[in-house]
Amino acid sequence: MSNIVVDKSKVPWWVSNVIVPLVNLTLALLVSGLFVFIAGENPIEAVKLIIYGSFGYIQGFAYTLYYTTNFIFTGLAFAVAFHCRLFNIGGEGQAYIGGLGVFLVAINLSFLPVPIVWLLAIFGAFLFGAAWAYIPAYLQSKRGSHVVITTIMFNFIASSLMIFLLVDVIRDTNQMAPHTVKLPEEIWLPSFEAFSGILGIKIRYSPLNLTFLLAIASLFFVWFLVWKTKWGYEMRAVGYNTQAAIYAGISPHKNIIIAMCISGGLAGLLGVNEILGVSHKIQAGFPAGYGFTGIAVALMGRNHPIGILPAAFLFGILYQGGSEVTFEMPNITRYMFVAVQGLIILFSGALENLFRPQIESFFVRRLNREVNA
Amino acid sequence: MVSPILELTDINKSFGHVQANKNINLKINKGTIHGIIGENGAGKSTLMSIVFGLYQANSGSIKINGKEINLRSPRDSIINGIGMVHQHFMLVENFTVLENIILGFEGEAVFGEKLQKAKEDLEKLCQTYNFNIDLDATISDLSVGFRQRVEILKSLYRGAEVLILDEPTGVLTPQEVDELFKILRSLKDEGKTIVLITHKLIEIMDLTSEVSVMRQGEMVGHTKTEDTSKEQLAEMMVGRSVLLRVDKKEIKKGETIFKVNNLSVKDDLDVTRVKDVNLEICSGEILGIAGVTGNGQTELLEALSGIRKVESGSIELFGEKISDQNNFLNPRMLKEKGLAHVPEDRQRMGLISDFKAHENLIFGYHDQEPYSKSAILNNKEITEYSNKVMQEYDVRPNSPNLITSNFSGGNQQKIILSRELNENPKVLLVGQPTRGVDIGAIEFIHQRLIDMRDKGAAILLASVELDEILSLSDRIIVMFDGKIVGEKENKNVTDRELGLLMAGVA
Repeated sequence: MSNIVVDKSKVPWWVSNVIVPLVNLTLALLVSGLFVFIAGENPIEAVKLIIYGSFGYIQGFAYTLYYTTNFIFTGLAFAVAFHCRLFNIGGEGQAYIGGLGVFLVAINLSFLPVPIVWLLAIFGAFLFGAAWAYIPAYLQSKRGSHVVITTIMFNFIASSLMIFLLVDVIRDTNQMAPHTVKLPEEIWLPSFEAFSGILGIKIRYSPLNLTFLLAIASLFFVWFLVWKTKWGYEMRAVGYNTQAAIYAGISPHKNIIIAMCISGGLAGLLGVNEILGVSHKIQAGFPAGYGFTGIAVALMGRNHPIGILPAAFLFGILYQGGSEVTFEMPNITRYMFVAVQGLIILFSGALENLFRPQIESFFVRRLNREVNA
Repeated sequence: MVSPILELTDINKSFGHVQANKNINLKINKGTIHGIIGENGAGKSTLMSIVFGLYQANSGSIKINGKEINLRSPRDSIINGIGMVHQHFMLVENFTVLENIILGFEGEAVFGEKLQKAKEDLEKLCQTYNFNIDLDATISDLSVGFRQRVEILKSLYRGAEVLILDEPTGVLTPQEVDELFKILRSLKDEGKTIVLITHKLIEIMDLTSEVSVMRQGEMVGHTKTEDTSKEQLAEMMVGRSVLLRVDKKEIKKGETIFKVNNLSVKDDLDVTRVKDVNLEICSGEILGIAGVTGNGQTELLEALSGIRKVESGSIELFGEKISDQNNFLNPRMLKEKGLAHVPEDRQRMGLISDFKAHENLIFGYHDQEPYSKSAILNNKEITEYSNKVMQEYDVRPNSPNLITSNFSGGNQQKIILSRELNENPKVLLVGQPTRGVDIGAIEFIHQRLIDMRDKGAAILLASVELDEILSLSDRIIVMFDGKIVGEKENKNVTDRELGLLMAGVA
């Protein structure tokens, strides 16, 4: 137990928002390096491979950005709910159901002009994800059932529901695997190589597509929503102090629902990337853990879009660079990188306050000395 | 000469800027029931928590039986024969009485013979003091009165010679109070010493042989109970410091604009806290509500401002019914109708301490023009407005982007006040406007309230500071136990008269 008490008002913003996360990240990577060493490989070589894999060639970099896209959506989803002090663990399920929304809209309305199909499909993803978050939100605000519990349950329900649909209702009946038919090719979102093709550069396939821009737009959307509109203002008020919100005539019930629905909707947008952009069909289990990793992204990014972008990028690097490492180093398995992610979550989330008081008091003392000198 | 069993010398204790105990000296004689009386927040509980080792004093010494001791934790106090029964009981609900009593001391008494012996000892204690407790009963099955007895029994079993009871009757029914007093008297007859903390004068007169009075963290008097009277104690408790000077014009009373009919309100625990209250306020008038904290003022204000549901009765604003048991307008609708509210607990309700100052300056008005247009906050307007009012109300530091928790209490209060007064409300509900606020800000806040009155607002002012009530109000009502027990024009009213009403004596 640490007894260091720091006057929070004296801590410069860059200490708590830049230095502390960096220290935590460095520690996580050092411990990860130790793991790699124990596994019998050279950690420095592994780092080189990660950097090469994620930055070294254009296709690798495209993969990195593709992963980043997914993490932006799920990270933002968690952050929005968190500003209302709701722990939305259900991004995974909301993304899954969001995928269903994209697919249903796109396949049924494919006769419309292409850009309109895209817009409607994006809307469908948001709506389905939001609807899936609405039920836990309602239970929380009216019945007091904690969203942590209900959203986790809803992940399982979403998973079972989707398996049922993929096996019995919307399966491509020409084959046995649990996935749907492909969407018509003309409504696929343009991929990165299509763009570069226009510019006359030929590159090999990568899953990066137009959704990346949607992710960037979402960052702005969330920033604007949370800090520049009265809805964000009210959500934050409810999150910080429910009693005071009631005093000011702000309804906690309404804001819990709004925050969760926007959160669920953002998670649902992952379906746009995966279905409209990459695989063009619903496959069983396509959210593949992005929903959960999004929690770590948001925690690391301090629930602010400006932090979430680099955090999502970092996890993109780890995903892409990590697969490169497992390919080159036979002793390192895919699960090793799950462990690395786990370490980052551990250090930047659970052990967040391990070094914070020391670091902050160090800087406060330093800066005070400068002022006095 | 009886030697004191407990002697406190120059005890000081502060929490941050607030000094809860200032140079307290206290002698408690063996075999007496010693009352400590004072208003809520006078520092009684803090002092006794120091004696029980829950808090450590900043300075001063504690002697037990003439021997100076250092109390670092409740365990030290228990070893030295001090027991305490808290306002809120410290019992494990799903354990039995016996299990609760030996909890923490089970090392020697948890199995077989020793447990049997503990049980026999306890039964003997129960008989001596007529406790009438079944040791095998589960706590959750017992009434509040019995739970309190378990607490007393626990202290006695652990060898308490001095027993401190913190507001023991607050949660009891009148019958249970009688039973408790019987037990306390028999404890005294057996030579135990009892310290009774309370703000109820009747209990002091009934039970104690000596009494000490605390006010605002200081010990203001000691006396033998037989040498004093309720009136005298009330006076000491409320204090008679000089009235703050407020320039007040002659009242220009307008028509009645706010009316409360037979209002009853329950709190969160479903206890009726406001009982059949009727009141009227005219424009241009300040109506003061005097009363010791916890006599229903909080719930009354919350119901009037649309935060709390009304149990029965109704509230009228400009002759229009705004609240009855079936429906009530929410605070935002009331604001639009010209009713503003400065809540009594600014940290819990009046503002959001994690927000920046400018965000709190529009709190509750954030969806009105010019602060927001079609749901988008207008930062430029908000900043301009914030700069303006922060200067006008002399909020220091004058930085709208500072997080609110970094402002002092007085400046936080100014932020709330500027916000609520800015729209020129017709009706203003104010709770404890100067609690924890420094002198300079107090005068400023008082002057603002008077200005509002002169502009024709109807103001309801609830305060536990009698000075404040007396210097601001045109008319005063006194609340006790949820009821209005007195109403006076503020002419030639003495604080003594009010003090008696507040204590439920007159």
